[in-house]
Amino acid sequence: MSILINKDTKVLVQGLTGKTGTFHTEQALAYHGTQMVGGIHPKKGGSTWTCSSGSCEGTELPIFATVKEGKAATGADASVVYVPPGGAAAAITEAIDAEIPLIICITEGVPVRDMVEVKARLLDSNSRLVGPNCPGILTPNACKIGIMPGGIFMDGTVGVVSRSGTLTYEAVYQTTQAGLGQTTAVGIGGDPVKGTEFIDVLDLFLSDDETKSIIMIGEIGGSAEEEASEWLIEQAKQGRKKPVAGFIAGRTAPPGRTMGHAGAVISGGKGGAEDKIAAMESAGIVVSPSPAKLGETLLTAIG
Amino acid sequence: MNIHEYQAKALLKKFGAPVSDGVPVLSPSDIDAGVDALPGPVYVVKSQIHAGGRGKGTFKELGSDAKGGVRVCFSADEAKSNAHEMLGKTLVTKQTGPAGKQVNRLYLEDGADIDQELYLSLLVDRETSKVSFVASTEGGMDIETVAHDTPEKIHTIAIDPLKGILDSDVDKLNAAFELDAQAAEDGKTLFPLLYNAFVDTDMSLLEINPLVTLKDGHLKVLDAKVSFDGNALFRHPDIAELRDETEEDAKEIEASKYDLAYIALDGDIGCMVNGAGLAMATMDIIKLYGASPANFLDVGGGATTEKVTAAFKIITSDPNVKGILVNIFGGIMRCDVIAEGVVTAVKEVGLEVPLVVRLEGTKVEEGKAIINSSGLNVIAADDLDDAAQKVVKAVKG
Repeated sequence: MSILINKDTKVLVQGLTGKTGTFHTEQALAYHGTQMVGGIHPKKGGSTWTCSSGSCEGTELPIFATVKEGKAATGADASVVYVPPGGAAAAITEAIDAEIPLIICITEGVPVRDMVEVKARLLDSNSRLVGPNCPGILTPNACKIGIMPGGIFMDGTVGVVSRSGTLTYEAVYQTTQAGLGQTTAVGIGGDPVKGTEFIDVLDLFLSDDETKSIIMIGEIGGSAEEEASEWLIEQAKQGRKKPVAGFIAGRTAPPGRTMGHAGAVISGGKGGAEDKIAAMESAGIVVSPSPAKLGETLLTAIG
Repeated sequence: MNIHEYQAKALLKKFGAPVSDGVPVLSPSDIDAGVDALPGPVYVVKSQIHAGGRGKGTFKELGSDAKGGVRVCFSADEAKSNAHEMLGKTLVTKQTGPAGKQVNRLYLEDGADIDQELYLSLLVDRETSKVSFVASTEGGMDIETVAHDTPEKIHTIAIDPLKGILDSDVDKLNAAFELDAQAAEDGKTLFPLLYNAFVDTDMSLLEINPLVTLKDGHLKVLDAKVSFDGNALFRHPDIAELRDETEEDAKEIEASKYDLAYIALDGDIGCMVNGAGLAMATMDIIKLYGASPANFLDVGGGATTEKVTAAFKIITSDPNVKGILVNIFGGIMRCDVIAEGVVTAVKEVGLEVPLVVRLEGTKVEEGKAIINSSGLNVIAADDLDDAAQKVVKAVKG
C-alpha cells in the first residue's frame, strides 16, 4: 500500500507545454510508467504533446483547454501544477472547481495573498492540495508526481513527510541505504500558507498498514511541528502509534531572516528550532541532531 | 522587502490614512528647508533605518548622554540642530545588533497632541491561513513583551479572504481598542482602508505602533512599519522601487542579481548548497562539529555554471571565509553539471582556502570524476557527515 498515489493514479499536467512541465513529465513517464494522461493549456486545446527524449520518446499526450474537459476525457484523479507564480493560484483554483481530488503544486514563489484565497476555497471543496513550493509525491515503483529523483527510492516501509525538498531526498536516500525503503514520500512545501500540513500526512501514514515507521522533517518558522506533536500525543492515547524519527533544519538560522523558503523565518520570538525539537521529543519522536543521521535515527526509533 | 517609515506613511496616506505632515531628509542640505516647511511648534526628528527600537537606541559616535534615534523638539532651531547631529551617525538599537546601522535618512514630522497610544498590526496568520489584525490597548511598547506578560490584552481578529473586512470585524476592533465617539467613528474608515492597503499591495506585515487617539478625539497613524511579500513584487513595480539597497548587505544584493538565496552570517565556513532545507541543515551540521557558517546559500534547482561561479565569487569575497563546503544532493540537478560549474568557477576566481565537496544523487560518479581529474586541490567527502567533519578540521586544524 501507499498513501495519496499509486500505480492507478491518473495525472493531468497544468503547465505541460512549458520547459519545466515537459522535462518532469518525461521523467514521470519514465518512472515505472506513471500514468500521465494529458496536459492543460487554455489556448492549445485539441493539440498533442509528444515526449521527445528518454525512454518515453514518442509517447503522445492530449492537450485540453480546461481542467474540467481533461478530467471528463481521461478520468484523471490528480493534477500537477507547473504554472509560473503569477498564474499558479488561478491554475489551482481551476482544478478545485473541476473537483480534481488531488492537486500538487510544484511552483515556487506564489504570492502568499493568492494562497490565502486558495486556502479558503479549499475548505468547502472536494480537493486536497499539496504544496505549493514542494517537490511533489512519490510512491516507489508505482507513481511519481513532481520533481523527486526516482533513482534513490526503494519500495519499503517508511513514510516520509517533509517541508524541504532536498532533505526529503536525504531521508529517502538514507532509508534506502538502511534497507528499509519507503511506502510514499510527501513534500508538503516550504511556504507559510500551504494546502497540506504535517498532521494530514501523518494521519494517512498512521492508517496505512504497510507504513511501519515515519520520518518527519521540519524547519524553522510557524508552529506546524508543534501542532503535529500535540496531535501525535492525542493519537497515541487512542492507540494509534508508529515509530517516528525527526529533524528540524535551521538551528543556526538568525531570527528575522527568511531562509530561502518563504515560510522559514523566526519572527516575533516564534518558530525557533529548539521549541520544535522539544515539542517533537515530548511526542516520542526521536529527533536526529544531524541531517546525516536520519536513517540511523529511524533505526533507533524502531528499536 | 522592508521599506522606511516615511515611505510607508506616504503609501498609507494614498489609501486615505490619517498621518502627520512630514518631510523626508536624504542629505544635510534638505534639513533646514524641511523643518521650515512644517508648522511647528512641536517637531519630531526620526531616524529612518530598517530596524525597530529607534527611540531607545543610542548613537555610537555621540556620548552616552546624547538623546536617542527619535527626538521630540520644541522649536525649529532645536529640530535643525538635532537633525544635523543625527544624520550620518550610527544608531545601535535592540534590533540592529552591536554594529548598529548608519542613519542615511531622517524623517521630520509635525508633532501630535497624543491622548492614548494603541498597538495595531496586520499580518498573515499561518495558523488560520488568514490575514489577521492584532489589536492591543498597550501601544508604544514592545508587543512581544505585552504578549508575554499580559496576553489577555492582545486581540486577534481574522478576516475572511473571500468576504473581505466586514462591519462586524470593525466593531470587534473598536471594542478591542476600547474606542468610542469620534475615535470609533474614525475606526470605521481607518480599519477597512488598512486592510485594503495590506491586500492590494501584497504586504506581509503592517505594524502601527503606536496608533494614537489625539486630544481632539481623532485617530492617527503615528508610526508605520511595512514589509512586502517578495514573491509578489513582480506585480508592484512602483513598490519594488522603494527598496533601499544601502540597508542591505552588499553580498546579498549581488546574490539577488543571480537569483541566489544568500544570507551573510558571521562564521568562517562558506557554504554552497542546493535546496533551502539542506542549506540550513548544512549550517546546522557545521555548528554541530564546532565551527560556524559564514553564510546561508541555496543555489536552487536550476543552477548553471554562471550561477555557481557567481556564488563562488560571493563566498570568497567574504574575508572571514577560511574554508568552503559545497554540499549538493542532485535530484533533478545533475552532479556532473554542478562539478563542472565548481571547476570552472575555481579556475576563474582562484582558491585560497580549503574546499570540501560532497556530491550525491543523480550522475554522482560522473561528477566525482570531473572533480578528481580537474587537478584542483579539492577535498572529496563521502557523505554529509564526512564533509562537515572534513571542512571543520581543515579550518580549525
